[in-house]
Amino acid sequence: MTDINPVPIWLTVKLSLLTTLVLLIIGIPISYYLAYTKSRLGLVIEALTTLPLVLPPTVLGFYLLLLFSKEGFIGPLWYKVFDRQLVFHFEGIVIASVIYSLPMMVHPLTSGFRSVPKNIIEASWTLGRSKIETLFRVILPNMKASVLTGIVLSFAHTIGEFGVVLMVGGNIEGQTRVVSIAIYDAVEAIDYKTAHVYASLLFMLSFISLVMLYAVNRRWSL
Amino acid sequence: MKILVFLLFCVFGFSRAELIRVFAAADLQYALKEIVELYEKKYPEDKIELIFGSSGKGFAQIRAGAPFHIYFSANMKYVEELYREGYITTEPKLYAVGRIVVWTRKDSPLDPSKFPEVLLDPRVKRIAIANWEHAPYGRASKEALQAYGVFEKIKDKLVLGDNISQTASFVYSGAAEVGIIALSLALAPQMQAKGKYWLIPEEKHERLAQGYGITKEGEKFKSVKRFYHFVGSPEARKILVKYGFLLPGEVGR
Repeated sequence: MTDINPVPIWLTVKLSLLTTLVLLIIGIPISYYLAYTKSRLGLVIEALTTLPLVLPPTVLGFYLLLLFSKEGFIGPLWYKVFDRQLVFHFEGIVIASVIYSLPMMVHPLTSGFRSVPKNIIEASWTLGRSKIETLFRVILPNMKASVLTGIVLSFAHTIGEFGVVLMVGGNIEGQTRVVSIAIYDAVEAIDYKTAHVYASLLFMLSFISLVMLYAVNRRWSL
Repeated sequence: MKILVFLLFCVFGFSRAELIRVFAAADLQYALKEIVELYEKKYPEDKIELIFGSSGKGFAQIRAGAPFHIYFSANMKYVEELYREGYITTEPKLYAVGRIVVWTRKDSPLDPSKFPEVLLDPRVKRIAIANWEHAPYGRASKEALQAYGVFEKIKDKLVLGDNISQTASFVYSGAAEVGIIALSLALAPQMQAKGKYWLIPEEKHERLAQGYGITKEGEKFKSVKRFYHFVGSPEARKILVKYGFLLPGEVGR
């Protein structure tokens, strides 16, 4: 009983990596649109992507719970396709985390896109490069720092997630009991030793990722 | 894209392993861990996962489709209700009658056996009890406070734990000076080393009949039934009795 269970650690890392990957894939098109659009719809979408930052996790958790439940909008569909529920399962907290950490990816990327000088982009277009090619060969390499910031912040933010996971995932070992929840559990069980180990681990992990982020950012901005 | 497919595959592949998933009322925190240790030594091929929380939370989660195989409630009524609705398939079985105690730290000048006067002591700023909305022990605590006629007087000092285990951690850490917690938690080694308690007479609250059963989800597994029966075996009973989980007619240490 005294040894530390590694499952929550592995689960936290898996959740954070997967969430960051999904966010990178959907974050680039969203941010690209937000950075260059002039339509009013852009404002609405920008506000929507920032919402998870200001809403309490319980609001998000509550709506996701409704959405994922058997009577919800996504729940029955998912059940039909994958034969398992979203609530109380790992896939459910991945979706929840993606929404929860969305601003952490979209904000740095959007400001990154805006910082790339318009004339380089136009030069690339006039030289016959397609929009997609320009995006990957010209724009993204010119905003490496922003991409990295988005990745690190999404990763760190997902590690620190608690409320949404607790509401949507419950507290199930190997599925949804990530480290932050395992800490809560250990404190309740008056197992302060386990709580210390997990807590210091999260502290170090978050601290190191942020230091690395700032170190790389400083080098790239010079 | 290939990486994504691979990662998704890992996720689904990983989560398919079968095991016995038990949701238990928080008062079983220590006793059930000991029983599981004994069980896993005897049946090393079975793996048991314990999830602790208030009985009401477990009740709600099972109805929402949580993948638990066995449900231990601190209140028989929850198990009976789930049985009626078909979420639990075995007839609800009694495993203990729960008791509540008044608990303070050893280094506190307060004397728990001076209940209920001790609660009115001006040095008592906070009294921890479990939330009576969804924790059976909280309900029993509230009933006892009412039976002694002090509930209205101390209402403003109450801090509510989400479940009985969290309530215990409130007094254990000193955040609250006095707490009403489960006897089973007061008998846990950590709590015993740090605290003193006084048993509240049983007739001061509604009987805390505690029951358990196998869920629809757990029904199909042989190992689930094996553990279910093991909990009723003499060796498991010995552990339960050690933590004060007595059945009617059973004698404690």
